[in-house]
Amino acid sequence: MSRVLMFKRFERFWHWSQALLIFVLLFTGFNIHGSLDTLRFSTAVQVHTLAAWALIVLWLFAIFWHFTTGEWRQYIPTRQGLFAVMHYYLIGTFTGAEHPYRKTSQAKHNPLQRLAYLFFKLVISPVIWASGLLYLFYNDWPATLAGALSLEAVALVHTAAAFAMLVFVIAHVYMATMGKTVTAYIKPMITGYEELETPENHGTPRR
Amino acid sequence: MNPHRLHGKYLWRLVAVSIGLLLALNTSAVERPPATADHSKFRALEGPFERAEDVTAACLECHTEAGKQLRQTTHWTWLYDHPETGQTLGKNKVINSFCGMAITNEPRCTSCHIGYGWQDMNQPPPQANNAVDCLVCHDTTGDYWKFPTLAGHPTYVPREWPKGSGKMVQPPNLADIARKVGPSDRANCGSCHFYGGGADGVKHGDLDSSLASPSPELDVHMSPDGLDFACSDCHTSWGHSVAGSRYQVNARDTLGIDVPGHSDLSRASCESCHGLAPHPQSKLNDHVDRVACQTCHIPAFARGGVPTKTWWDWSTAGRLDAEGKPIKELDDHGHPSYLSEKGDFRHGENLVPEYAWFNGTVEYTLVGEPLDISNPPVAINRVAGSGADRDSRIWPFKVMRGKQPFDVQRETLLATHVFGADDTSLWRNFCWEKALQAGSDLSGMPYSGEFAFIETTMHWPITHMVAPAEDAVRCGACHGADSRMAGLGGIYVPGHSGNPWLGRIGWFAVAATVFGVLVHAMARIIFRGRKAK
Repeated sequence: MSRVLMFKRFERFWHWSQALLIFVLLFTGFNIHGSLDTLRFSTAVQVHTLAAWALIVLWLFAIFWHFTTGEWRQYIPTRQGLFAVMHYYLIGTFTGAEHPYRKTSQAKHNPLQRLAYLFFKLVISPVIWASGLLYLFYNDWPATLAGALSLEAVALVHTAAAFAMLVFVIAHVYMATMGKTVTAYIKPMITGYEELETPENHGTPRR
Repeated sequence: MNPHRLHGKYLWRLVAVSIGLLLALNTSAVERPPATADHSKFRALEGPFERAEDVTAACLECHTEAGKQLRQTTHWTWLYDHPETGQTLGKNKVINSFCGMAITNEPRCTSCHIGYGWQDMNQPPPQANNAVDCLVCHDTTGDYWKFPTLAGHPTYVPREWPKGSGKMVQPPNLADIARKVGPSDRANCGSCHFYGGGADGVKHGDLDSSLASPSPELDVHMSPDGLDFACSDCHTSWGHSVAGSRYQVNARDTLGIDVPGHSDLSRASCESCHGLAPHPQSKLNDHVDRVACQTCHIPAFARGGVPTKTWWDWSTAGRLDAEGKPIKELDDHGHPSYLSEKGDFRHGENLVPEYAWFNGTVEYTLVGEPLDISNPPVAINRVAGSGADRDSRIWPFKVMRGKQPFDVQRETLLATHVFGADDTSLWRNFCWEKALQAGSDLSGMPYSGEFAFIETTMHWPITHMVAPAEDAVRCGACHGADSRMAGLGGIYVPGHSGNPWLGRIGWFAVAATVFGVLVHAMARIIFRGRKAK
């Protein structure tokens, strides 16, 4: 067993503030959409807009961090072991099998996580932002854009992406409870440190 | 007392007074320049005046062009050549869903004409220079009153009104009124425009006697406790021609604030003073290209305690009691709900407007035009516009509904002779056959002799009774499931127009995920026991 810094300080700050902002955005967003009726529309719009800008700023920092630290490599997808992980979550977890993936700080996401997070980062988030910014600046669309796009279409895409986000959040929160104990995966996300059974093999990141 | 505390106390007061002053300045009444003439010093106005025309003659001695100017205005001709539709409109030509047409009911309807003695609307208004009524617009005493049945004249002898009430109206002191003339104020315009449709507030819904001295909550511009605007502060005039037409509305003013040298100085649109980006919040400004100011800033109409008519069913008029006497029934609020003269009514106060796309053009179903009688209600007027038309904005309307007589064979609306001390008028004889035949005979409009009643609608743009900003319509009143924009179409309203299929699919996906999680979690709990073995 060894105690390893799995999630660096910025990474944790990014994760939890992003989580908070996403919850705020989902809550206010579904109020704006009309699925919820708990907030005044104007309040929902103001908070939603503010949280969206905050998330964008956070992401700018996060993108910078990922590229300067090389942490973006954590999300390179791999098929190797993917089915083993899927098999584990579908069957192995009930039969008492060990998790097939051995994480290190250099490769901390299992193949399924990598796919999920990559989808989150390259599909859901960009779609939600692009459509959200188009939505926000609807009145300033240049004529060519206004001719090709409608607010209705933008709203549809934005809301569809929001549903995808909600599905992601539900699945993500649930799967975070699937460590050895319910909090085993969550604790390192807070403290940064994780107990690994095999010692860290420094210097040779798994690709 | 500690001098420091005293200091602090005064400082507080100073701050409070400053804030108060700032607030007061912000809403202080508009200041008027002093007049250059004191009309009480004019010998020509010493009087006495036998008749109102004599006052006009005196006015015209100095205001040499005023009579000619006025006779060119819509206030005089009651004619309006619509530049967009080519229709000839005006009170002379249009039929409405209140008393029908002015023609055939002259001395009553022409009591609001800005002149004296227009007895027959088949003829143009009287041509004499002094037939123009200066006083109705420029009286400042409140004593001048055009008697309802005298074709524009005040009464010159004590006269009973309302008929049968025993109340006598005394002739006004014309010389005193003439010596005190001044600029038009709300009550001047209101003496006709508040009482359209036959009584206070009946017609417009956003114009009634409550606007003579409104609270700031009722009208933030016109309130004496606010800006104390006269009608003419917005409805500016040019050689006595007043800006702001209901037939051709400036539904989307793109000129913005009117500045000398840049625009025509007419201020009959909100943008004339407030500009094209009036809100501090940019998201609100994002609305102004598609939503008229009035839509949010007039949350309801008939808010001043005066009800407006919303339904007028002429088909039931003429019913008499057992003794052959006319009937009067009142609703729960004491407003008439049935009169033998006029039929069934409904009144309302604090009414939420209906909304429609409007590019400013109003087209009328004129009295000779064929109706689509298979598809009632018939639209007496139609407001043009659509979401696809960038010159259109969403406007609030009072929609007047009711039933009116029409010619069954010719399929046209009919002029109704309702008023008159004769043996054909509806209000005296309670006989539709006679009233409609007389309407035709007096107006020269064709009539087959066979009539029935058809339901009609009429749109009245709502643009007065502007509430303070804090009372504007809440965002959620439109952006929600239960939306004021429901059924409008032509625009995507976030919070209201969401695609129902997206919702179904989206929530199904969410429910499926939650279900999967629950099943998985339960399985984990169940199998945890087995693993332990």
